[in-house]
Amino acid sequence: MTTVTETTTLTLDRADVWRRATEEPQWVRRLLIGTTLVFLALFLILPLIVVLYGAFEQGLKVWYAAITEPDAAASIRLTLLVVAIVVPINIVFGVAVAWAIAKFEFRGKTILISLIDMPFAISPVVVGLIFVILFGSQGWLGDWLNAHDLRIIYAVPGIVIVIAFGTLPFIARELIPLMQQQGKQEEEASLTLGASGWKTFWYVTLPNIKWGLLYGVILCNARAMGEFGAVAVVSGRIRGETNTMPLHIEVLYNEYMFTAAFAVSSLLTGLALVTIAIKSFIEWHEKRA
Amino acid sequence: MSIRVENISKRFGNFVALDNISLDLPEGQLTALLGPSGSGKTTLLRIIAGLEAPDSGKIEFYGKDQTHQHVSERGVGFVFQHYALFKHMTVFENVAYGLTVKPRNERPSKAEIHKRVMSLLELVQLDWTAHRYPNQLSGGQRQRIALARALAVEPKVLLLDEPFGALDAKVRAELRRWLRKLHDEIHVTSVFVTHDQEEALEVSDRIVVMNHGSVEQEGTPDEVYEHPATPFVYGFLGSVNLFHGRFEQQQIVVGGDAIPHQDELLNHGSDVYAFARPNELTIVTDPTASHGIAAKVTQVLAYGLNPRVELESIADGSSVQHFQVSLPAHDIKALALETGQQVRLVPSRLKVFERTEASATGDEAK
Repeated sequence: MTTVTETTTLTLDRADVWRRATEEPQWVRRLLIGTTLVFLALFLILPLIVVLYGAFEQGLKVWYAAITEPDAAASIRLTLLVVAIVVPINIVFGVAVAWAIAKFEFRGKTILISLIDMPFAISPVVVGLIFVILFGSQGWLGDWLNAHDLRIIYAVPGIVIVIAFGTLPFIARELIPLMQQQGKQEEEASLTLGASGWKTFWYVTLPNIKWGLLYGVILCNARAMGEFGAVAVVSGRIRGETNTMPLHIEVLYNEYMFTAAFAVSSLLTGLALVTIAIKSFIEWHEKRA
Repeated sequence: MSIRVENISKRFGNFVALDNISLDLPEGQLTALLGPSGSGKTTLLRIIAGLEAPDSGKIEFYGKDQTHQHVSERGVGFVFQHYALFKHMTVFENVAYGLTVKPRNERPSKAEIHKRVMSLLELVQLDWTAHRYPNQLSGGQRQRIALARALAVEPKVLLLDEPFGALDAKVRAELRRWLRKLHDEIHVTSVFVTHDQEEALEVSDRIVVMNHGSVEQEGTPDEVYEHPATPFVYGFLGSVNLFHGRFEQQQIVVGGDAIPHQDELLNHGSDVYAFARPNELTIVTDPTASHGIAAKVTQVLAYGLNPRVELESIADGSSVQHFQVSLPAHDIKALALETGQQVRLVPSRLKVFERTEASATGDEAK
């Protein structure tokens, strides 16, 4: 019995002296966690509280009045319209590009992959300017557009184009590694079993990528709603007509209508929170699967 | 002939995967495409299936040209090395897939699909897994499901790409026997790709031995094993002992030793490869003997499933040659060999090939 007790004490002693190789001393851990929390509080939580406080400071009625005010309502409608056009475009583009890259071998594949990232690399203002130069009344295609009575810049089509451009990588980026990792064996199996290309896509490819696709759609959606710089350049900021939500918020803020600005901001913030919630759900679901 | 391959060639960049291959595969038989990796066997199988397009040549099934037929219209059953089961579908849905994707007017009724799937699952002895997902099954079970799925569409030909390659040795042996039995029951014309000569010899009715994109030999397992057409085939179909020598006056001269050998077809004075299987050599321990080839014992393994003696040539400046002699364990013990002991090897049977540029590749096979 004595020996047993002795051994126990010994192991305990050792446990005290020997830490696992990757474990840091307690004070280092506390310092790291503490820094993280302070940063989170200052730069994430605090602004969130400020927005919500600002929006609801004068009560629900004022908040409701602010977001149903005609110009605000128009900006919300416009934003939703743009998202409803941009997200489907990017779904088609993202799936097509990811499919091409993951399932086929062709020249210039690496160049294509880097090209997809370009919208992330270019400043949004520059993106806006590119399209003004292309489609503006003084631009390359300006005369032709005028002759056919088409308006792109300072109108909804221009907004759709720059937002589609800016959010183009999200879905493709999400799907490429996923589809590369899955390879093409299941598709080949489906084809040998007599399924057409379309049925193979519908019954085999899509179910395999649906969570990744949804994830990409959510990121794309959030970014499309929040896009500011490029839209500011091409929209002409016509109140009630070409102002999206972020632009409208800026207008309100510049006119010292802080409560209204915060009210519209709270909608975008709400969207962000919902996005994070769905994103976490998808990640949880993928881990479980 | 149910599958006819005519002058098929395929290149990947500068690599010649298939070099003008022609084959006739008889109906109802199980044919093995056997060869080392890079020999083009998988490429050939994928071209037969329509998963890969040949650069030139023609594929026919039962006299009908299939070369430009899309894979989904060829009516092949394909089994992949890594199963390729649909992860998000149950076993039942996997097997039913080929039937459910048929156009509405050809599709069997739900009840009929159910009946057909269940009878296939019984055939592969996995009817109890119908409602499970592929990731809940073992590798061997998955491959059986993949086979049932391929058979569900009643394929004209069944193609299997290294079907047991991803399984461990024990399951592989079991599935081999099982596939042979299954084929005897259903008799669908089948082709399977393998790099394992034992698997090919054990399972197939016919063997096509491939190397460097060409067919080296084609025949029954017995023909291919007993009468290999080239040094490569001899070397690929099992362990071999190789003697480099010269054919002179009805004997093969190897270094300072000679083995008597009768062969009308060999040219006098030509360089030859002489092959003997490990069980075709005997060990003579008598130090005064002068026939056979001198060798030195390096290891005695008088136990296990494959008792044998490892030896090497007595170095005469050139590279050291390894030999292997298989004998029953008690015979090895009776010889009372010691490591380093000098003995003589006497072949009971020799296969001799004239050494040409073309046959030089056989040198590298084991």
